[in-house]
Amino acid sequence: MVKYIGKRIVYMMITLFLIVTFTFFLMKLIPGTPFTNASKLSETQLAIMKEKYGLNEPVPIQYMNYLLNILKGDLGVSFQFNNVEVTNILMDSLGPSMVLGFQAIVVGTVFGVVLGVISSLRRNTWVDYSATFVAVIGKSIPSFVFAGLLQYFVGLKLGWFPVAFWKGPEYSVLPTIALAMFPLATASRFVRTEMIEVLESDYITLAKAKGASWFEISFKHALRNALIPVATILGPLTVNLMTGSLVVEQIFGIPGIGEQFVKSIMVNDYPVIMGTTILYSVFFVVVILIVDLLYVIIDPRIRLAGGRV
Amino acid sequence: MSQTKMSKNMFEPIELNLAKSEEIAKPSLTFWQDAWRRFKKNKAAVVSLVIIGLLTMMSLIGPHLSGYGYDEQISQHANLPPRISMLENISWLPFDGELEKKNGDVYNAYEQKNVDVYYWFGTDSLGRDLFTRVWKGAQVSLYIALLAALIDMVIGVAYGMISGYFGGKVDNIMQRITEVLISIPNLVVVILMILMLKPGILSITIALTITGWVNMARVVRAQVLKLKNQEYVLAAKTLGASNKKIMVKHLLPNLTGVIIINTMFTIPNAIFFEAFLSFIGLGLQPPLASLGTLIDDGYKVLQLYPYQMLIPAVMISLIMICFNMVADGLRDAFDPKMRD
Repeated sequence: MVKYIGKRIVYMMITLFLIVTFTFFLMKLIPGTPFTNASKLSETQLAIMKEKYGLNEPVPIQYMNYLLNILKGDLGVSFQFNNVEVTNILMDSLGPSMVLGFQAIVVGTVFGVVLGVISSLRRNTWVDYSATFVAVIGKSIPSFVFAGLLQYFVGLKLGWFPVAFWKGPEYSVLPTIALAMFPLATASRFVRTEMIEVLESDYITLAKAKGASWFEISFKHALRNALIPVATILGPLTVNLMTGSLVVEQIFGIPGIGEQFVKSIMVNDYPVIMGTTILYSVFFVVVILIVDLLYVIIDPRIRLAGGRV
Repeated sequence: MSQTKMSKNMFEPIELNLAKSEEIAKPSLTFWQDAWRRFKKNKAAVVSLVIIGLLTMMSLIGPHLSGYGYDEQISQHANLPPRISMLENISWLPFDGELEKKNGDVYNAYEQKNVDVYYWFGTDSLGRDLFTRVWKGAQVSLYIALLAALIDMVIGVAYGMISGYFGGKVDNIMQRITEVLISIPNLVVVILMILMLKPGILSITIALTITGWVNMARVVRAQVLKLKNQEYVLAAKTLGASNKKIMVKHLLPNLTGVIIINTMFTIPNAIFFEAFLSFIGLGLQPPLASLGTLIDDGYKVLQLYPYQMLIPAVMISLIMICFNMVADGLRDAFDPKMRD
């Protein structure tokens, strides 16, 4: 186990190093200038600005400096906000994104599991069909479309929840629902398939023969075994959520990482783009690692050597 | 149980014929016939397939039907709601050219602007015909679908097969590459690529080519690892078949199911990605239209002219739902585990 984790962490480091290198050189290739009012600046002023941000050094030296700074936890200084450190910007916007993402994944998986269990127990009835319908809709409608529609109908027309900004828990309701739809749909389909398979196994028949109650059979015996594979989809779902949050945060005006990312792309703020990319990548590889380890822990049948399924 | 009277003449002794007992009663089905038979059972999937066919046809002829070009701006006709000549008098259909003001008043936008034209899906804020633009957008989505499928089937399958079949050093190196590629968030690669190139259909194509095939390669490799130890591969090798022949003639047909299922699940993802990029402004640039940009434009005026967002939103949802349903149907048809 220790050897496995060690190997995985080494791979993680290599991946992150490649991502940092890749983004750094891409940023150097992107056309356009980071200084918004560059056309108004004189030659000397531009030179001073470049000097200040270390942009006049040869690229390999800039690259070395950047790598060394990352190791110190310093991601540089933002171009769009004067002299604000990228690390600070990211830290400030991390909060709302984490809250939103966490709420969405919890709401999505919990309701998804419930929906999946119900439709597996009432297989091929109208309950099952409507659950399938919800799942197909949830999987198919893009999160930004869903977010826009929720904002218009529930927020504006019905006026139940605030439409935008981030001032309290009630502000997170609509964005959470918009983000939770995809995990909900995926989890419910997955749980349904697993439950149906488990419910046909011998130990369920045995439990029935022993006279266990309906509740005990479905929740104590069946669901526990059906949930194991669900852990595998948590990783991809979290990643999907990250993509979704990018637009959903924009639509609802939430000051999160996604909003920051899109904004900095629009204004060529290289240090923030790179910082966000690195943050996303770190998060991504860590999530994958955790999910893999979790899977090995809950299901001892998985061979470690096999790696990710 | 009710008792039924059974008379002797209801029974008939069976003729015992050893020669006939080995005969197969039903005509044998090929792989494709078998899959098609099972696919047909799933009514929703069949309907979806038909809808995809219709949408494809409409996306090709739709932009030419209304007589307005996709980038043709008529400023007097800006922000007209949908109006269809045959359906405008049916009050519950939203095709009467009426709009609701913020205070709840309903007025006919066509009468107010004093124009006597019919825009089937209405117009946008620049007076461009939405009917033409929506079908142009659907064209983009379907192009992306085709492209994603091609990338998956060409690069993904080839990569996976080579990696799995040759094994050893080749496999080791190729696997390390996919491992790194799979650990980089797709989104990040796509956005970085689009930043470097210019936003547009070409850069989306390139970005998808870089990231789109990794999953397929992994699935195909796993399958090839299983298949290459089968007896028929050994037999082919013994008879002197070349590696290329074994891969194309013997392994590929056995991978068909997996490949089709995987491709179908990639397609909705790719369509979503394009719409998503266009929505945040990194996709197609004006005056070109994709469903993502149309939704983005419509979203900005959602409060005043909800139809401008609703129509493209319905369109992309319809496309996504249909592809998802077909994918589900095909999985059930090709996956031997699901056989009933």
